[in-house]
Amino acid sequence: MFQIVHKRQLSESVFEMGVEAPQIARKVRAGQFLMLRVNETGERIPLTFSDWSADEGWIRFIFMRVGKTTHLLSHLEAGDALADVVGPLGTPTHVEGLGRVAVIGGGVGTAVAYPVARAMLESGNEVTAIVGARSKDLLILIDEFEALPLKELIVVTDDGSAGEKGLVTQPLARLCDAGAIDHAMAIGPAIMMKFCAQTTKERGVPCTVSLNPIMVDGTGMCGACRVTVGDQTKFGCVDGPDFDGHLVDFEELMSRQRVYADMEREADSEYSKECSCHL
Amino acid sequence: MPPVDETGRRRPSRAPRTPMPERDPVERAQDFDEVALGYTEEQALAEADRCLQCANPTCIEGCPVNIDIKSFIARILERDYAGGVAVIKERNALPAVCGRVCPQEEQCEAACVLSRKGEPVAIGRLERFLGDYDLACDLEHRCRPEVGTDTGFKVAVIGSGPAGLACAGELRRFGHAVTIFESLHAAGGVLTYGIPEFRLPKSIVQAEIEALEEMGVEIVTDAVVGATYTLDELMGEHGYDAAFIGVGAGLPVFLGVPGENLNGVYSANEFLTRVNLMRAYEFPKADTPVWRGRKVAVVGGGNVAMDAARTAKRLGAEQVFLVYRRSEEEMPARREEVHHAREEGIEFKMLCSPQEILGRDGWVTGMVVTRMELGEPDESGRRAPVCVVGSEHTIECDTVIVAVGTRANPLLTKATPGLEVSSRGYILTDADGATSLPGVFAGGDIVTGAATVILAMGAGKRAARAIDRYLAGCG
Repeated sequence: MFQIVHKRQLSESVFEMGVEAPQIARKVRAGQFLMLRVNETGERIPLTFSDWSADEGWIRFIFMRVGKTTHLLSHLEAGDALADVVGPLGTPTHVEGLGRVAVIGGGVGTAVAYPVARAMLESGNEVTAIVGARSKDLLILIDEFEALPLKELIVVTDDGSAGEKGLVTQPLARLCDAGAIDHAMAIGPAIMMKFCAQTTKERGVPCTVSLNPIMVDGTGMCGACRVTVGDQTKFGCVDGPDFDGHLVDFEELMSRQRVYADMEREADSEYSKECSCHL
Repeated sequence: MPPVDETGRRRPSRAPRTPMPERDPVERAQDFDEVALGYTEEQALAEADRCLQCANPTCIEGCPVNIDIKSFIARILERDYAGGVAVIKERNALPAVCGRVCPQEEQCEAACVLSRKGEPVAIGRLERFLGDYDLACDLEHRCRPEVGTDTGFKVAVIGSGPAGLACAGELRRFGHAVTIFESLHAAGGVLTYGIPEFRLPKSIVQAEIEALEEMGVEIVTDAVVGATYTLDELMGEHGYDAAFIGVGAGLPVFLGVPGENLNGVYSANEFLTRVNLMRAYEFPKADTPVWRGRKVAVVGGGNVAMDAARTAKRLGAEQVFLVYRRSEEEMPARREEVHHAREEGIEFKMLCSPQEILGRDGWVTGMVVTRMELGEPDESGRRAPVCVVGSEHTIECDTVIVAVGTRANPLLTKATPGLEVSSRGYILTDADGATSLPGVFAGGDIVTGAATVILAMGAGKRAARAIDRYLAGCG
């Protein structure tokens, strides 16, 4: 069992959770992920590390309440425990020698963009962060980003309730056009990463994306996470999660992410009924 | 006691081989309960009585771990079942598992003298009878191999599949402390995630693992060696004196045909893991979903393909096709599995090779296959399939399960400098399992490529003996 040591609600449906896992904490590098199982009948879900402390022996992740597993998670508090936490998995994000980088975090993907931006800064790169959400209430980790020695922090919301009104691709295009960045790293919903890849490709700027396909084991065993990159099939868990955004088949990724959409809704509504019975 | 002749010598029964009681195919294909029910005591006695008790028992040489088959059958004849279990456990820590999944027809039973003229003694079924007898006893009455006097040495076993479990059990008998590191949340490896409940109940696997824990084997789950720990760390700061790597060949191989990433295409590994390890057949009671196809095409001809096909049937598929590019004769699956699959209504499409998976809106709608002919024998000695030009046709299906084998998972080997591997990523060892790193041994599928449970167990055991010798040299 893994003890929960921290929980914070970041927006209506987004939560940050910290777990005591000293062995994992000493190994994590930015861009890597963990697999967790809430309880004995739970499914294994991948979540990317948002923060960790090797000295204090904890790791953190941020999740959005979307299905049964994340609902279950959101009902747990510090002092409760998770059945399983495994990691760190996946290849760490390449952060060395990139030069001037734009790190783009969209929605809950901002949770991953934060440690990536921090690691890129620690490696001596110049980092501009673009953080986007649908509205002001859904923006997360703004204080944390503000505490980093960024070149600039650009906040974008779809409805203009904070920062620029529009999409993250607008400031990204601007930075590319101004010749202000050598590399882009986009982490967020597949559709956002797709358009970031397109924006940078048109402007000849390399773009790395951190993919979030469905996984079962997270160690290369099941192949559920396969993605098409260029003309090759790659496994998101071991070959990724980072790939060259210009080569990723995003349509396929988005289609594969929806495989269990109906069943997930079924499980979640069953669970919601159960919850309301207990109230 | 069995009948004796006038000279007082035992006269073996000449009755035909005792059939295994099995559940009705139509009924059993609706659920996940075990298909083969196991011998009753009477059936076990009748079958044991067929054994000639040869002076030179060839069956023992046919067993990859050289179980003293003659003796355990003699114990059954004496109704000394606990004694029979002890004989098996001298060589094999998991009789209830091996009695179910070993390919006895190619091993001990093929070597049985009776098989020359008729049907061999059903050694596997007798082994299962004893294994189940043992597991039915209270924990304190179970046969527990004696644990050796504490040597003070610590051994790390990486992977809790058949190789790791066999190695761990043997190491305890030598008195070494053993910790097994397992990457998943449950121990057992392929016995847990791969082989379905209806062929190997998970309660049996669990009981066998608990028996090892009773012997003092410590199991750490959620520990990926190569990620959570490196092998160097285990051997260094964690103080292990030796290590055994038995991580299996867990990476699924795909066909490499267009359409393979459509929704509804599974590797057998994923499909079986969802159902067996994650219990997706109980969804939504268990949280992990699995796509329940109406028409399912399983590609491959091995035991894993049979397991996947029979599992798909149990999940409610109306039609399940088994698509194999050679003929039934060349299929690597056990005859028994093929027979069970046929009984349950799996439709065999032999001499068919997939060319493309078709889809609409991202989902599988069919698979284009070409008819094959058997040509000259290839390197494997089997006749190689050759495409029949112009024979393409489409099998209508909404699910495709690819069961054409596995390859080495590089997760551990890549993170272990100095550990020599072959060009295909399998760990290189000597006959005892010693790798290029001092004190590090390996065995099972990560050395040989995909093979059987018993061969992996044999390798684990051999390596345990080599580790014991290595540690003796360190002392």
